[in-house]
Amino acid sequence: MTRISVSVDGTEAVDEVEPRTLLVQYLREQRGRTGTPVGCDTSNCGACTVLVDGRAVKSCALLAVQADGAEVTTIQGLANGELHPLQKAFHEHHALQCGYCTPGMIMAAVDLLDEVADPSEQQVREGLEGNLCRCTGYQNIVTAVRDAAAELRGATS
Amino acid sequence: MTATQEQEVGAARRRKEDAHLITGQTTWTDNIQLPGTVHAALLRSPMAHARVRVNVAAARNEPGVVAAYSGADLADELAGLPSAWQVTPDWVAPEHKPLAVDEARYAGDAIAVVVADTRAHAVDALDAIEVDYDPLPVVLDMEQAIADSSPLVHTEAGTNVCFRYSDTFGDVDAAFANAPVRITRRFVQQRLVACAMEPRSVLVAPVPAAGEYTVWSSTQIPHFVRLFLAMLSGVPESRIRVIAPDVGGGFGSKLDIYAEELLALTLARKLGRPVKWTETRSEAFQATVHGRDQIQDLELAADADGRIRGLRVNLLADMGAYLQLLTPAIPLLGRAMFPGIYKMDAYEFGCVGVFTDKTPTDAYRGAGRPEATFAIERMLDELAAELHVDPLEMRRRNWIRHEEFPYAQIAGLTYDSGNYEAATARATELFDYDGLRAEQARRREAHDPVQLGIGVSTYTEMCGLAPSRWLGERGYAGGGWEAATVRVLPTGKVEAVIGTSPHGQGHVTTFSQLVADTLGVPFDDIEVIHGDTAAAPAGLDTYGSRSLAVGGVAVWRAAQRVLGKAKTLAAHLLEVSEDDLEFSGGTFAVRGTPGATKSIQEVAFAAFAAHSMPDGFEPTLSADFVLEPDDFSFPHGTHLCATEVDTETGRVTIRSYVAVDDVGKVVNPMIVEGQVHGGLAQGIAQALHEGARYDADGNLTTGTMVDYTPPTAADLPSFTLDRTETPSTNNPLGVKGVGEAGTIASTPAVVNAVVDALRPFGVADVPMPCTPENVWRALHEAQGGAA
Ligand code: FES
Ligand code: FES
Repeated sequence: MTRISVSVDGTEAVDEVEPRTLLVQYLREQRGRTGTPVGCDTSNCGACTVLVDGRAVKSCALLAVQADGAEVTTIQGLANGELHPLQKAFHEHHALQCGYCTPGMIMAAVDLLDEVADPSEQQVREGLEGNLCRCTGYQNIVTAVRDAAAELRGATS
Repeated sequence: MTATQEQEVGAARRRKEDAHLITGQTTWTDNIQLPGTVHAALLRSPMAHARVRVNVAAARNEPGVVAAYSGADLADELAGLPSAWQVTPDWVAPEHKPLAVDEARYAGDAIAVVVADTRAHAVDALDAIEVDYDPLPVVLDMEQAIADSSPLVHTEAGTNVCFRYSDTFGDVDAAFANAPVRITRRFVQQRLVACAMEPRSVLVAPVPAAGEYTVWSSTQIPHFVRLFLAMLSGVPESRIRVIAPDVGGGFGSKLDIYAEELLALTLARKLGRPVKWTETRSEAFQATVHGRDQIQDLELAADADGRIRGLRVNLLADMGAYLQLLTPAIPLLGRAMFPGIYKMDAYEFGCVGVFTDKTPTDAYRGAGRPEATFAIERMLDELAAELHVDPLEMRRRNWIRHEEFPYAQIAGLTYDSGNYEAATARATELFDYDGLRAEQARRREAHDPVQLGIGVSTYTEMCGLAPSRWLGERGYAGGGWEAATVRVLPTGKVEAVIGTSPHGQGHVTTFSQLVADTLGVPFDDIEVIHGDTAAAPAGLDTYGSRSLAVGGVAVWRAAQRVLGKAKTLAAHLLEVSEDDLEFSGGTFAVRGTPGATKSIQEVAFAAFAAHSMPDGFEPTLSADFVLEPDDFSFPHGTHLCATEVDTETGRVTIRSYVAVDDVGKVVNPMIVEGQVHGGLAQGIAQALHEGARYDADGNLTTGTMVDYTPPTAADLPSFTLDRTETPSTNNPLGVKGVGEAGTIASTPAVVNAVVDALRPFGVADVPMPCTPENVWRALHEAQGGAA
């Protein structure tokens, strides 16, 4: 067992973890952050995407010990009080059906919009290439992300 | 005053479902953490066919292990899994144990289970299980499997043939004998994996003293799961509660009774503790049912002007190693759909269901209908090419005209309504059909290395499997009805309890819209309860685009009953006859007497208090309705696809895609569009990207997301959608169904476009998926090269 201290969605935590524990397992099983789901075992689907120190990371591709000292944000910590513009846009544009990919999509999109404030359709499509959705055909996701981008630009300008 | 005047049906209402999904407050089965839970992990055979001797003794001593069993250990306790659709009286249905007892029949067949305090310990302990594998001959190819000399998947069955089925309509020999044009083609429907994003998961919590079990499962069919678990385990139905909480997609693959569900119940019963099992994605590829997998031989006879005379269809359908819930029925569901939207004099259908040493097949989005539609739509294009007629014109010459509905088609179905002309006209307009044809001609002329292809698909499909009698006549053990309860609570809020079990389709929103309009109550005052056999005890769940056309109509009928009851009580309270009342915006008003009104909310409270009621009135404002539908409904549409095909690399790019669908009356256009988008993605994936492949030994070589290549956002285009609305005449709402339309229509549209681009090079077909390699090979072969 290894002791790690992590900030998860704004709450400081000190936990004992097995060295082989994946970050996603730690978040789900030890911190009860089950809003982040697991979709694959090849780090390929993006369902488990969270922010580690502000950058989108597939939490199944990281060991919990690697997050020692980091600040982790999951979908459950994204909204503080009111919805994040991306959450609103996903709702508004029907960018989710079953919703299983949604937390990962939104977290990946947060990072994408942080890098590219005004992405083209193609940039969104390529930026979200690491996140699979089986329900929506992606079209509404792309629309939602671009719409949220506009709102975020408005908010910061 | 809480009544609303706004029309909900037809409005693009944002989904009630979203709030918890976008904030991560979800209840996927694997999220549920109960104290004392033990975790199951399965040992799966790495060999496609082998005799196995399994010794789990050493695993029992591993850290955290609570129990370990081989198939032989549990052979007496575990019943065989059911197949509910006996397609012929003499079908072969070999026993299908949840844990294989002494023979594994596909790579991934479960042969032992370990239960431990944590999932990691359970998985670790699998390594300690000792297994002797004696390899047996493997049969993977369907044509080889039905040859006399073939090795057998089930030795005791003495055959790899599950069933042979045939049907003839009209004088087929005459139709072919007199026809000047004949076209013969073979198409292969490759094996597909549904890849719902949520892996399957099941958790069973026992109350040992009471002999009760709560089962959470990521299933499309909680009611069937309860029924079959009761039948298989002997635990009374009333002591089993099945909950399908948030379910992360299904597409048919969660329309099944799975080994792990029965196993988890059995283990929870033995151990007296909650037992959880969640599949890994690798397991999902191996042990969740696959779809499609047919070899289709078709022959079409036509007049010189292209009018279809006769159609012959012969299928080989891969069952895989065992029959799951509906396995043998899937190819036969397409039986009546091969004629598509076209008129013909004669039709012959034959199908052989074949066992092979592969993962069982079962329903996958469209279940039999996409395969049929693909075949006929490809044949129409081949006929058009043969006669040098435009493919759209070829369809016009053969399709059923708007004024001919309802239309009794050749295979015995009656299409309720349709307007193929209108949908096609709209699609060609949005697509710029003539402009793209002109561009195609220019590129051909210029020997452009990137050729343009135009693909047409004019489809119909059948939604809402029913009526029950029809199903019974075809060997299905279940029915096609659906149940709903609507109750206006004392405060005026409404609960609609439904028997369908959504997993992304937006039932809560759509059904709220139906109830809001019927009762004149605000959309936000309606709660829709589903997916829990304790709260919604009656229902037949969600598959086959049945939810709105069957379940939605049931909800609407129940709401109508509530309204009738409310009217009776309102008349009593207002001391007038019911005939003197009019109802609008949620309020009963006495005609000609201003101010004499009762809102439905007031009536609901009066029905709850029950102080003053007419004779015989049952307190509370609640009603049930179980709907037995009259027939299927038949959505249709026209899809047009333009592809650019690089003749040097074989790469296919979708340049534009237009889908005009007619799904009858639309309750929520936003949800309908979303369903079409998702359907298109899956249909295009079959055409261009996906295919489950096995090596010669029967190992699945496409066993991860990386190898299987489901399309990403970068692989798909944006779609242009529109619709026409031709109401169904089979139900009072005029609704049809939309979940499968996009998948059914898009695969042939895309492949027709790919072939169209390459026709000048002598290419008459490209096998699916049309990957660069398959396209390049088809080109090379057509030009006389050895591929
Ligand atoms: S679960 Fe992490 S990428 Fe799929
Ligand atoms: S909404 Fe179901 S996987 Fe994306």
